[in-house]
Amino acid sequence: MIAVERLEVAFGHGRRRVQAVQNVSFTVPEGGSFGLVGESGSGKTTALRAIAALVEPSGGRISVAGEPVARRPGRAFRKTVQMVFQDPYGSLHPRHTVDRILREPCRIHKLDGIEERIGRVLAEVGLGPAFRFRFPHQLSGGQRQRVAIARALVLEPRVLLLDEPTSALDVSVQAEILNLLGDLRAARGLTFLFVSHNLAVVAQMCERVAVMMNGRVVEEADATQLAACALAHPYARQLLQASRGYDRELARSLVRFE
Amino acid sequence: MRLEVEKLFVRFPTPTGVVEAVRGASFAMGAEKLGIVGESGSGKSTLGRAILRLIAPPGEVVADRLTFDGIDLLNADRRTLRQIRGGRIAMVLQDPKFSLNPVMTVGRQIEEAVRVHGRVGRREARERALAMLEAVRIREPARVHAAWPHELSGGMGQRAMIAIMLAAGPELLIADEPTSALDVTVQMQVLAILDDLVSERGMGLVFISHDLDLVASFCDRVLVMYAGRIVESLPAEALHAARHPYTRGLLSCLPDIARPQRRLPVLERDPAWAREELP
Repeated sequence: MIAVERLEVAFGHGRRRVQAVQNVSFTVPEGGSFGLVGESGSGKTTALRAIAALVEPSGGRISVAGEPVARRPGRAFRKTVQMVFQDPYGSLHPRHTVDRILREPCRIHKLDGIEERIGRVLAEVGLGPAFRFRFPHQLSGGQRQRVAIARALVLEPRVLLLDEPTSALDVSVQAEILNLLGDLRAARGLTFLFVSHNLAVVAQMCERVAVMMNGRVVEEADATQLAACALAHPYARQLLQASRGYDRELARSLVRFE
Repeated sequence: MRLEVEKLFVRFPTPTGVVEAVRGASFAMGAEKLGIVGESGSGKSTLGRAILRLIAPPGEVVADRLTFDGIDLLNADRRTLRQIRGGRIAMVLQDPKFSLNPVMTVGRQIEEAVRVHGRVGRREARERALAMLEAVRIREPARVHAAWPHELSGGMGQRAMIAIMLAAGPELLIADEPTSALDVTVQMQVLAILDDLVSERGMGLVFISHDLDLVASFCDRVLVMYAGRIVESLPAEALHAARHPYTRGLLSCLPDIARPQRRLPVLERDPAWAREELP
């Protein structure tokens, strides 16, 4: 469903040129869920944005649903590929009601039966009709993220690109949103590309995971390898150990990777 | 050093009535690592601020007892509070981007802290500042001393923050989510610095966090807050054997790499948790 081949993304020119993504390749089968993990600055979000055609790659090939991703893709691509962002406080228009937030993409894509679509998608993300005419500030963080997911789903996409969708939420709300995403994926046969700094969240949501560092993928593993801590690359192993809580000995032995 | 808090309340009047952010919190601590965990809105940060009387009016702090080393913080005058704040009790906040002064070099900010709380000359203040930067494991103290806050990464900024707070040699450090904005490996290094300070200087540490696993592995003792109340207090190593349904619910809804499950258990909140008295 998603094929990324030798992807390169660079920002800036001359001496200030920064290679944010270098030689990244992976594929996600239809209905699959693939995770990109790494620390800040590892290039995971930039890779995701390149697939969404929000930043322009400087090299390599990306295709979604068998079609190469154009530099300025048309409506058909946007309908197939939708994105959910990290911050539900920043990604919803503060002066639009939930109804208007969900209506806008339908109008842009000239869909019919907008009324029913909005009602249906709200029910699907676990928000009743009572929420339809509320403003974002009248909703909790978890409810806002449900609206953001509904906005992505209302176009009936086949691929969801998720950029840290639960990092801004409390753990109890995170569990609800992760369950919701899992259910929606099963019900609609969606393909997920899931970016997070949290290995446990990615392990929960994805069958395969790529660990990124300084713009490169240093290791690709599946969920069983992660659970068994069977990673080959020293950086990936260190990241996995560090995410398991504080350990005085481990803190002493941490290595910087350049 | 001993901090004693008995039946502490923090109240904020609002147009729709008085909101009680902290309700009857009681605990005492010495030179140890005390964790306070809870979700957003549980009152954990407000409790941390109330200890230093950093609740701005019209908010008010009421307690049967709030003493630090025998000093009554609740009725202390401004002068006494000024000496204690940043001197004997210091506070580290979550985001170095917003708590460092953007128009002052890191070195001068540390020197300021040294000179406010001790009669120290310029040269000695500079030496102390460099020593503090070394103590928080900054590799090139002289370079960071001359640097502006915007030139530092998140991890470096947080270490600089800790260096400022430790410059006056506090007996108690209140750290509110000090590592939440940092990558896990950097977080581990910053925690190791705090850990060493507690064991080497005999400093007390109040560690406020939403991350249960982190608190369980780092602290000695944990207070769990829910809706402004301390619902459970237990040794950190016993956190995973917690009794309160809220604590157990929070622990079970965390995804676990080693034991993946198809669906995560969801926390069912019981309105009684907000009302009940501690045993």
